Amino acid sequence: MTKNPSVAGAAIAVTPARRVSSYLYNHAKARLQLLLAAPVLWLALVYIAALLMLLVTAFWTVDEFTGNTKVAWNLDNIVSLFTDSLYSSVTLRTIGIALGVTLVDIALALPIAFFMSKVAGPKLRNILAISVLLPLWASYLVKAYAWRSVLSNKGVLQWLLEPLGLNTPGYSLWGAAITLGYMWLPYVILPIYGGLEKVPGNMLEASSDLGAKTFTTVRRVIFPMILPSIIAGSIFAFSLTLGDYITINIVGGPNQMLGNLIYTNVGTANNLPMAAALALIPIAIMFAYLGSVRRTGALNNL
Amino acid sequence: MAISIRGLTKKFGDFTAVDSLDLEIKSGEFFSMLGPSGSGKTTVLRMIAGFELPTQGQVLLYDEDVTNKAPFDRDVNTVFQDYALFPHLSVIENVEYGLKVRKVPKKERLERAMEALSKVHLADFADRKPAQLSGGQRQRVALARAIVVEPKILLLDEPLGALDLKLREKMQIELKELQRELGITFIFVTHDQDEALTLSDRIAIFNNGKIEQIGTPQELYEQPATEFVARFVGTANVFEPEQSNKLFGINAQTMIRPEQVELGSTGDSAEVLEVIYLGSTIRFIVDLNGQQLIAEVSASDDNAKSYRRGATVKVKMSKTDLVKLT
Repeated sequence: MTKNPSVAGAAIAVTPARRVSSYLYNHAKARLQLLLAAPVLWLALVYIAALLMLLVTAFWTVDEFTGNTKVAWNLDNIVSLFTDSLYSSVTLRTIGIALGVTLVDIALALPIAFFMSKVAGPKLRNILAISVLLPLWASYLVKAYAWRSVLSNKGVLQWLLEPLGLNTPGYSLWGAAITLGYMWLPYVILPIYGGLEKVPGNMLEASSDLGAKTFTTVRRVIFPMILPSIIAGSIFAFSLTLGDYITINIVGGPNQMLGNLIYTNVGTANNLPMAAALALIPIAIMFAYLGSVRRTGALNNL
Repeated sequence: MAISIRGLTKKFGDFTAVDSLDLEIKSGEFFSMLGPSGSGKTTVLRMIAGFELPTQGQVLLYDEDVTNKAPFDRDVNTVFQDYALFPHLSVIENVEYGLKVRKVPKKERLERAMEALSKVHLADFADRKPAQLSGGQRQRVALARAIVVEPKILLLDEPLGALDLKLREKMQIELKELQRELGITFIFVTHDQDEALTLSDRIAIFNNGKIEQIGTPQELYEQPATEFVARFVGTANVFEPEQSNKLFGINAQTMIRPEQVELGSTGDSAEVLEVIYLGSTIRFIVDLNGQQLIAEVSASDDNAKSYRRGATVKVKMSKTDLVKLT
């Protein structure tokens, strides 16, 4: 626009940095590659490569004499996953606990999230949001040991249940399931709360206006609309339970889940190939689970 | 009476949204509640629907007290401002919804839903999702969904507010036809005075949680009771008592409509301040001894066309056109 080219020329000096910027400005693809190079490299090398190495180990074996991992390709570990009754019973037990924890967490999270989103005023909503988030700030171990104290024979739970003629489940699978349910509850509440926030209040009014009572509105309008969020929450609770190996050790008594079975194989048993083979189980289960929920659109909500 | 409202009051904290309101709406009427935003008209509608419970007062539908009844226990249906269609359901499923929760058998349900959809000219869109429809089409789905359950009263909360002008005018005509065809009571909330005048049998003008005046469009335009009504419905030249006394010898606040202010060769001299061409008419803003007046003259009047800004014209107003305000 300027009529004096010499002034414009003086204002824009062509420096190397400017040349690079201008090249990138005109080449969107190069820009994207440059931007993603570092994180992709990190992900590929440190994360995926390490994981693949571990999984490859599943097809190796252990030298019985020295105890060292030996590159001797075989399917023995994989075969024993299917033939050894210990592995199948631990797998079924872990899936059972994971499903139970997931369902109970969803049942607890739904009313809490609904109250936060649609009933509570802004002040109470903030207090509730903080209460849900606060336990996430505490260390996982601290919470597990807190539950160890709660569940103990002289713990708070026993004291509460005794007048009702009941006993604490103590350090058992029940104890582990309760603790895990507590651990993952915030991860289930938050996506469901987020999903409910996206349901406009007038949807509920419209449903009621058309003659639906509260339960029908929940079943026909709210539930289908937040189903992807529920599934998103369930992925957290389910996968975290599948992979857990600490809670079961702290409050699970002598019981085993997949997580601590793998852990034992890495440590005490010194059988890394078996541990790697066992690690395939939760990975396979999660792939099957994610594959089946992908169609619901839940993965867009993570 | 389709609706009787007695001493209806709604407070939100310290704010009084609706202030001891009385209102009677006849069966089969197209009744509009017109007012600026925040005047309480939508709150009254929501109390009729049951979405808000009144702080005080009563709502009667066909002589039945429904004041504390839930929305699903009232024989009224609402068309929402932003339609509130269920996004996970198709168009036909949205329309069926009210019948489904009433446990109407599937075959009858489908027939009635299709019939309602054809009434709003959307039969071909039955299997679409709301997200795949335009604003005007969503509007029609919302209408079909509300009328399919055959309510005695249909509440419409600024249903045309989100549509562009041409579409709005088309929908106004369709709404009027639909109301005649169904013969049910329509209660229509709007802040658009043209829309209210076009559609309504009667209009209530809302201001600050109260009704300023209820009347037919003609009554409101020709005999506004207050300055607020005079200014809100159409355009008005309002004279304060002092000015009115000087000009007409009436010691009260008065009003005259712009088309009743004649510009010509007889009368008092005034200066033309502004000329606004409106197509069918020309609007002049003139200064008559310090009082600004709006005059509207037919654009086919050749004399009027010649008046320019700054020119001096003669202004004549007939005392019989003057309306006393309270």
